[in-house]
Amino acid sequence: MRPRTGPRPNVPVTIDGVEHQAYEGETLLELARRVGVRIPTLCHLEGLSVYGGCRLCVVEVAGDRRLSPACALEVTAELEVTTQSWDLHEHRRRIVELLFAEGDHVCAFCVSSGSCELQDLATEHDVDHIHYDFAHPDQAVDASHPKYSLDRNRCVLCTRCVRVCDEVEGAHVWDMAMRGSQGRIVAGMDQPWGEVADCTWCGKCVLVCPTGALSFKGRATSEMVHDPDVVAFLAAAREDGEWLDRKADA
Amino acid sequence: MHDIHHTIDPVTRIEGHAKITLRLDDAGEVADARFHVTEFRGFEEFCKGRPLAEMPGITARTCGICPVSHLLAASKAGDAILGVTPPPAALRQRRLLNLGQILQSHSLSFFHLSAPDLLLGMDHDPATRNVFGLMQAEPEIAKRGIRMRQFGQEVIRSVSGRRVHGHQIVPGGVTEAFTTEQRDVIAADIDEILSAAEATLELLDSVSGRFDRELASFGAFPSLYLSHVQPDGTWEHVDGRLTMIDHDGSVVLNQFDPADYREHLGEAGKSDSYLKSPYYRARVDGDDPRPGMYRVGPLARINIAERFGTPIADQGLADFRERYGRIASSAFLYHHARVLEVIACAERIAALMDDPVLLDTRVRAQAGINANRGVGASEAPRGLLIHDYEVDDDGLITAMNLIIATGQNDLAMNATILSIAKEFGDGPELTDGMLNRIEAGVRAYAPCLSCSTHAIGQMPMKVQLLAPDGELLQEGRRD
Ligand code: FES
Repeated sequence: MRPRTGPRPNVPVTIDGVEHQAYEGETLLELARRVGVRIPTLCHLEGLSVYGGCRLCVVEVAGDRRLSPACALEVTAELEVTTQSWDLHEHRRRIVELLFAEGDHVCAFCVSSGSCELQDLATEHDVDHIHYDFAHPDQAVDASHPKYSLDRNRCVLCTRCVRVCDEVEGAHVWDMAMRGSQGRIVAGMDQPWGEVADCTWCGKCVLVCPTGALSFKGRATSEMVHDPDVVAFLAAAREDGEWLDRKADA
Repeated sequence: MHDIHHTIDPVTRIEGHAKITLRLDDAGEVADARFHVTEFRGFEEFCKGRPLAEMPGITARTCGICPVSHLLAASKAGDAILGVTPPPAALRQRRLLNLGQILQSHSLSFFHLSAPDLLLGMDHDPATRNVFGLMQAEPEIAKRGIRMRQFGQEVIRSVSGRRVHGHQIVPGGVTEAFTTEQRDVIAADIDEILSAAEATLELLDSVSGRFDRELASFGAFPSLYLSHVQPDGTWEHVDGRLTMIDHDGSVVLNQFDPADYREHLGEAGKSDSYLKSPYYRARVDGDDPRPGMYRVGPLARINIAERFGTPIADQGLADFRERYGRIASSAFLYHHARVLEVIACAERIAALMDDPVLLDTRVRAQAGINANRGVGASEAPRGLLIHDYEVDDDGLITAMNLIIATGQNDLAMNATILSIAKEFGDGPELTDGMLNRIEAGVRAYAPCLSCSTHAIGQMPMKVQLLAPDGELLQEGRRD
């Protein structure tokens, strides 16, 4: 994460019984990462806007019966949170199980096995089997793009692709369509991806996808390696005027 | 007396459930034998709509014993659809992989599954007629088997990334270059493995004399044979074309492209088994596929090949032919064929270790979808394997057909069971001696399910005596 500049942090926040000083306007997740406290996340990605959709990052807030998503929780003075408890572990494990049950995540031959955040979360939360009935979605794979393919059966609807395409690439190829269990990612006006003229072939959506939903076409089992950090890198470089400077030097 | 069915219904621990039924005629003699595969796995259906690049990974899951064969056939079908020839280093790596696979699988089959029968005797107490009994009776031999299998798996791991279900074999070639370090690890052990393989052949020769009756009755019938072979008659296991010969050695089909298999091979579906029975079309006219029966696997390969092309295996082959003739027809000789192939594999692995091309770093040809159909074939340890894919323009599978070794040997397995039941059967009674030999006869073909049923002893069986109307007359089981 990028080191902050400006005034020293002065908002007292207690995480798991330890007091830390947060910056004004910082989210709990940002603070936690800065001080080295691990909170699992899935939809969140540094460099993109906050979505708050997956609820894996939830924490317990003293004085509040509801769980709050750390990625969307702005710190306030005297905030007191718990990030690790048996209840939270169970809650997060159930979310991971539901994601597995809802999609068709067969790691055995998945292109992203080994580079999959859902797989890592399952390991972290001791998911050894799924307690829910599988939905067995049967959504057609969209392999119409010359370079990339989309397997909606492996999509967890984190919307990272939607956000990165809109906020970083500025192409806005992706959108969410429908709601609830019918929710799905669509390209263009719900067209085959390969027919969407706005797509610049930049591949950022593929790099940030946490699962095997988006991948480089033609990659075989375990061959896809995602690189979600590319967004934080781009955001930082942009802020620094990195490319402009190089141009001036040349 | 009316027709009576004996049903031997093994209950296995993994996929591979099979049962055997014996039908008696009015005279109480065994008139027909059927081997049924009652599992249904549906790979050909659920692969539809999946991307081509996933096929090696998915189809390798067909089997935990020989996933490598599926990796190879799937990747070769992929090569055809991409319209590419993989770089020479990739072809070498694939060859090395298949040699390791045949070596480990044959070692497993011989030492783990068949040696207890061969070394301890068919009538040995079933409680100890297994690999554990073998360890006690012949610890050095059992250890040798474990060592050879381990070596083969090490070869597989170093080429494919894992011992089971590796993933580095892909359409267009392989994903990783083979390193000097990896080569050195394999090269360091190859001499030991080669002598172990030679010792295994001596061992087998020393006991074969005890099995004259089995030799004569275990599927010693004329049949066609089908396998890969090089144009000059040298043994082949992964590239090139197919040849079919008749029981007398005459060539029926010479060097045909596996992509044309449909012209020559038909597939008979059956109402009582999920195993399809391929047959040679030209010999079948009508509904009964049996005249088109052909055999695949080690015995077919060594019957078709003129030579292995490596000195020690060729010497073994010459001795073998002196003993059993140019064309060996007894299914019992599958054991010998496997041991000869193990030697050939070890020799070829040794030769590959000295081949600098193996270490080339260009290992993959990249391309898009250039054809809508592709066929890939390889010699699995158990015999010819064919993957036939059709894809749409985006590379998604629209149709798939897999021809597996166990299916191709199905008609021959039925005929083998029948011949054993006739030789060792005793009227309407199921004797232990006959059941043991039926098990052993089925295992001679090393159908995948034998692994699951024999690993810890006798096949757990349910024996049912059924009247023609299905009424259960008698049931016995052994677990
Ligand atoms: S990471 Fe906070 S809700 Fe998804």
